[in-house]
Amino acid sequence: MAKRVRQPGFRRNRNPVTWLLRHAQMSLSSLGRLSRSPLTTLMTAAVIGIALALPSGLHMLVDNVRQLSASWDGSASISLFLNDAVSDEQAEQVRAKVAARNDIADTRLIDRAAALDEFRRLSGFGQAIELLDQNPLPPVVLARPAARIQGSDAVGHLAQELQAFREIDLAQVDLQWVERLGAITGTIERAVLVLAVLLAGAVLLIVGNTIRLEIQNRHSEIEVVKLVGGTDAFIRRPFLYEGFWYGLLGAAIALILVIVSLVLLDGPVERLAGLYNSRFELAAVDWGSFLGIVGGGPLLGLCGAWLAVGRHLAHVQPE
Amino acid sequence: MIRFDNVAKRYPTGHEGLSGVDLHLEPGEMAFLTGHSGAGKSTLLKLIGLLERATRGQVWVNGRNLNKLSNRDVPYHRREVGMIFQDHRLLHDRTVFDNIALPLVVSGMGHAEVTRRVRAALDKVGLLKKDKVFPIALSGGEQQRVGIARALVSKPPVLLADEPTGNLDPELSREIMELFMQFNQVGVTLLVATHDIDLVNRLGKRIITLRNGRVAGDSGTAG
Repeated sequence: MAKRVRQPGFRRNRNPVTWLLRHAQMSLSSLGRLSRSPLTTLMTAAVIGIALALPSGLHMLVDNVRQLSASWDGSASISLFLNDAVSDEQAEQVRAKVAARNDIADTRLIDRAAALDEFRRLSGFGQAIELLDQNPLPPVVLARPAARIQGSDAVGHLAQELQAFREIDLAQVDLQWVERLGAITGTIERAVLVLAVLLAGAVLLIVGNTIRLEIQNRHSEIEVVKLVGGTDAFIRRPFLYEGFWYGLLGAAIALILVIVSLVLLDGPVERLAGLYNSRFELAAVDWGSFLGIVGGGPLLGLCGAWLAVGRHLAHVQPE
Repeated sequence: MIRFDNVAKRYPTGHEGLSGVDLHLEPGEMAFLTGHSGAGKSTLLKLIGLLERATRGQVWVNGRNLNKLSNRDVPYHRREVGMIFQDHRLLHDRTVFDNIALPLVVSGMGHAEVTRRVRAALDKVGLLKKDKVFPIALSGGEQQRVGIARALVSKPPVLLADEPTGNLDPELSREIMELFMQFNQVGVTLLVATHDIDLVNRLGKRIITLRNGRVAGDSGTAG
């Protein structure tokens, strides 16, 4: 086409107040259009909701496990198994010596009798123990590192120092499984991320397809609007709003799904934690997940609609 | 107001819709476009409304060279050209009022002004009491008048009509044409494609005849 020469210009409406008003009207009328076919709308929104709820729910679960292992990590205590020759009195002296260190926050002595008692109670081998004529268990000092000793390296280093004590046979840090748990949650977290990306793609496709059908259904309307001088932006707008509403509705459904799942899981988790002498509680929906769902849903809806509109609206030309 | 300079329109199929058309309509002029079907009447109107673009030559409407309008400008151009179709092109899920209001809504007009103008347009076509009715409940003639009201509601300087009376009986056709004559009296430039030659002859307006995509006859500007 020839170079554009400024001809007598067209008057374009650029009043921001009217513009805003028209956007508000358009968004409401899009919502009204969706509400006129509630079942279809709800089904589409539910699919979006599930697609959003799945990764965010899993993410929150992993987050919870991570918080739990972090709390264990922080309070990991060191079990100091004393030499078998050490008497209960001497054991108390060892405890006092360990407690005096400034890198130890707290100690507790489990003497031979208490150790046997605990073993009987928790191990299930109580009767086997009865067969032995003497107590095979050494006294144990449980030492909790000071708060500034953080991380498995520092705690391990402290354990090594303590093991240098003559009376101490073995200083054991039970951190390895906490680390394993950390590695597992890390892996799951990554898997959740991949899942989230895939499901975000699915949401785009769902919204895109829904809007494409909508464009087909309103083919003649789009034609007439083009005939009477509707700009592309004007024609695009209701579809974009529709995508936005689908996303927002999906987000609301996702939130409900996540909250209901949390409530359903709360009882079993509490029972499970009780078995491990833990008072762990599932955290409620955190701000990150909330914003992820409420922001991500509409954004994905809008993007999906944009893709569909960009692809299909240009094909509708009046004849 | 409307000028064609050696305009040709060739479709991708190879069919030549128009070839070498020269035409000039003064502002406020009214003309009929006649010829057999396939003679190029619709193509000529489509070029004016930018539903199609000319493959050769230049089309001028309202002081603008349409070849030089970008696709972004097309909607604004169409707001200055009211179009009326044989099949009315009404939206059947909207009331008569909303159908007529569409060009105003599209251009961003405020609600009060829209109501005022739509009522004025309804009054002009004699459908003032039918504003809340859906098009399906109207007769063919009434539907066509809704289409006319929609075309003129934004007061475009140019009005095009493609076989506006094609489906109407002679009595209704005459009424529609009289309506057009009234618009013309207030200064609107009108170009009406029709094959109803008997009716056109009686109205005494300029008649442009197309044959095989060329202007085969032009009665000239009649006073």
